[in-house]
Amino acid sequence: MAASETSIAGNDPRQADPVGAKRRPAAGPWATAFRKLVHDKAAMAALLVFILIVIGCSFASYYASHVAHTFPFSSNLQGKIVIDGVEQQIIAPSTEGLGLGSTPIGPTWKLQGYFLGADDQGRDVFARMLYGGLNSLWIASASTVICLLFAAVLGVTAGFFGGVADAAISRIMDVIWAFPIFLLAISLSIVLINSSINIGPIVIRAGSLWLPIFIIGIVYVPYVARPIRGQVLSLKNSEFVLAAVGLGVPSHRILWKDILPNVATTLIVFVPLMMALNMVTESALSFLSIGVQPPDASWGTIIQDGQNLLYSRPMVALAPGIAIAVTVLTLNVFGDGVRDALDPRSKLRIGGD
Amino acid sequence: MKRAQWLGVAVVAIIVVAAGAYFMRKPPEPGGGTPAPQEAAKAVEHRGGTMRLVAVGAGGTIDPQINYTLQYWQLYQGLYDGLLNFKKGVGEEGFKVVPDLAEDMPQVADDGKTLIFKIRKGIKFSNGQDLTTKDVVASFQRIFKVSSPTAGGFYSGIVGADKCLAEPASCTLEGGVVADEAANTVTLHLTQPDAEIYYKLAVPHAVILPADSPAKDVGTTALPGTGAYMVESYDPNKQLKIVRNPHFKEWSKDAQPDGYPDVVVMDFGLTDEAEVTAVANDQADWAFDPPPADRLAEIGTKYKDQVHVTPLTAMWYAPMNVNIPPFNNEKARQAVSYAIDRAALVKLFGGDVLASPVCQILPPGFPGHVDYCPFTKNPEANKWSAPDMDKAKALMQESGQIGQPVTVISEDSAVSKSVGTYLQSVLNELGFKAELKPISSNIQFTYIQNTNNKVQISVTQWYQDYPAASDFLNILFGCDSFHEGSDSSVNIAGFCDKEIDAKMKEAMKVAVTDPKKADEMWAGIDRAVTDKAAAAILFTPKHVDFVSKRLGNFQFNPQFYFMVYQAWVQ
Repeated sequence: MAASETSIAGNDPRQADPVGAKRRPAAGPWATAFRKLVHDKAAMAALLVFILIVIGCSFASYYASHVAHTFPFSSNLQGKIVIDGVEQQIIAPSTEGLGLGSTPIGPTWKLQGYFLGADDQGRDVFARMLYGGLNSLWIASASTVICLLFAAVLGVTAGFFGGVADAAISRIMDVIWAFPIFLLAISLSIVLINSSINIGPIVIRAGSLWLPIFIIGIVYVPYVARPIRGQVLSLKNSEFVLAAVGLGVPSHRILWKDILPNVATTLIVFVPLMMALNMVTESALSFLSIGVQPPDASWGTIIQDGQNLLYSRPMVALAPGIAIAVTVLTLNVFGDGVRDALDPRSKLRIGGD
Repeated sequence: MKRAQWLGVAVVAIIVVAAGAYFMRKPPEPGGGTPAPQEAAKAVEHRGGTMRLVAVGAGGTIDPQINYTLQYWQLYQGLYDGLLNFKKGVGEEGFKVVPDLAEDMPQVADDGKTLIFKIRKGIKFSNGQDLTTKDVVASFQRIFKVSSPTAGGFYSGIVGADKCLAEPASCTLEGGVVADEAANTVTLHLTQPDAEIYYKLAVPHAVILPADSPAKDVGTTALPGTGAYMVESYDPNKQLKIVRNPHFKEWSKDAQPDGYPDVVVMDFGLTDEAEVTAVANDQADWAFDPPPADRLAEIGTKYKDQVHVTPLTAMWYAPMNVNIPPFNNEKARQAVSYAIDRAALVKLFGGDVLASPVCQILPPGFPGHVDYCPFTKNPEANKWSAPDMDKAKALMQESGQIGQPVTVISEDSAVSKSVGTYLQSVLNELGFKAELKPISSNIQFTYIQNTNNKVQISVTQWYQDYPAASDFLNILFGCDSFHEGSDSSVNIAGFCDKEIDAKMKEAMKVAVTDPKKADEMWAGIDRAVTDKAAAAILFTPKHVDFVSKRLGNFQFNPQFYFMVYQAWVQ
């Protein structure tokens, strides 16, 4: 639109006074990165889809109680629904042939109820998908925060202080890294899933969502802590840090002012990538019955529910599978965009903006 | 050709065609002619071929005195013989006990405490050894030496069994099982008369094996038997292969008839879905495991001629631990029994054709069964009709157990887990804080028996060992079946009511002399135990057998189910 283009051009100081006025100082690295990210169409599209998924899942409770009028955490084997004026059973016994078996209602494609059909307990799969998505996203986010927090503390401590601290932390990381990640997560889940955990004031009861959150958060710590340690080691020997040391700047100030801001970009790059990874791990654990515990749902548990209905009602397993794939894809594409935006190696291109 | 020649050719042609049709005709249809030639014709026509059975997994040890799975008990029928055996018949006939390695039913003396068996002559084991009275004595000793799972439950009434149970390795059953080589007899002495001893002698744990069989679990090395077939190889990760016993000569069609297929193989490692697909594609002849729920409608329509549905004397039930909260409160247990919608569970199991809702312990058609159901709307009809949620909630209020945490233990199989999920939903509706813990089918049954695991409520099934009311009531709810801290405590609810227990013992005594009166007593005991709600009885299942197109002569024996060796594949 011409008017708005003029308006934007008019607001641009460089265009308003191209010759005489002082140029504004170059934008800081954060602003530059943000601008680059905003201009990355793929990353923005992915972010938009991800935000839509989050908003959709946030309406789980509203959808279940006000739109579909269902409670998707209790069995509804004898329930009925009216579709196009015709009353149908949620779980319909077979009336053909020998009359063996009963089949849950298929997708009605109507938001008023059973949009994606029912599972073998007669529960609304779409409503469960929304609740499940909420749990999956919550576990992925919370475990990412825990993972990055631990990784940052351990990686920075090991890299900056070196010596005994580095040796001890690095060996512990090596031990955790020695286990295949899924084997470790499965083993921890099997051992802990049915028992409450008391660590000082922290009590996690059996079946709590915090259990998969902590397990997933912890098992990925070495994968983030190692590169952080490496980066800190490199920063520690960089000229600007050596200069600060030479000037007698205290260690804590060097850590706070010189090291952490540089490490922060790496941590931010890890956020979407770890979320995607954690979501896949959570789904795998829940699919194996050692993640989210029934009657709570996650996309992994719904796939497991659908496993027994693959022949008659494939949508029960397909829908959460697609949801996981799309969410992980959006997080990865967005993560790539964030990495490109914050990657120092692309500074030359940023400078050309 | 002249006209006359044409006529001659036509007459000759008619004669040739008629003769051809006569000599190439099919064998006579069943029902025509005398039975013996008909049987002989069938034996010739259908004898041979390889029958392929498929299963998700192997059934564990192949030792017939240790294995306690339907999977192998079914196959043992053609492999091993006891002194007595269940008749290889269908319907009620299949529950009859007939002489097998014994020439006749035993001669009974000493008010039922002494049983004298005359052993058949000329019978050989599959390794060529002759069957002798020594083998019989050694086999009874071996039941205790290998600590057979039913050694205490079934055979503790044999004189000397108490010592054998205490010190299995040195078991002699002195004075309990006595052989007379000259007379070719074996005498069984019991500490007291046992109305069910014939049944106990007819199950696979009492089969006769060579005297030199190792006194330990043989695992995957099959022991020689006297049946029509023998195990050629067994790899629990791959296949069980059964071939004809070259030394077998039929001596009793009722007890050990010759079979049709030359070879029977059971392949392991398929999923239940894959089993159905294999049978549907005629790549396998029979699937051991029940078809998965989402394939039932398909096989019931597309392959309906290949499906056999048979009622079972069994039950699915949810034992509630009467010794720990919250189910040490009778009202809480009754509330659960009232709240369960059994029709919903029947739907989960596959619909009305495959299960019937019940709420009493003895299954329909079982000795002592009289219709009874207090946990329903309109209980006066004595049949379950609908859940009574109002009454259930009122009982919950009275019990004071609202808000109590409860963990439901189910198997990790699809149906058991579904039933567990449903129970969890009902318990939450009643006000409990319910969780579901599905655990591996391989260990669930022993896990829920051990009181150390503090199981509150579980989902399990019970299939009859033999057709006697005590096999449900005394075994599952008798004080003698409850052993704290043991994996072998089949009274899962831990129910022990001294008064009811005394009545059960009395009924077992009465059964020796007056089975009819005993059945009446069992009906009363059934009502008493049901009222106490130590378990929520859910439904009586039916059995689905899915067979290949080529499999013929399918027969279902109520004791050992599909009679594998009596079916043919060609």
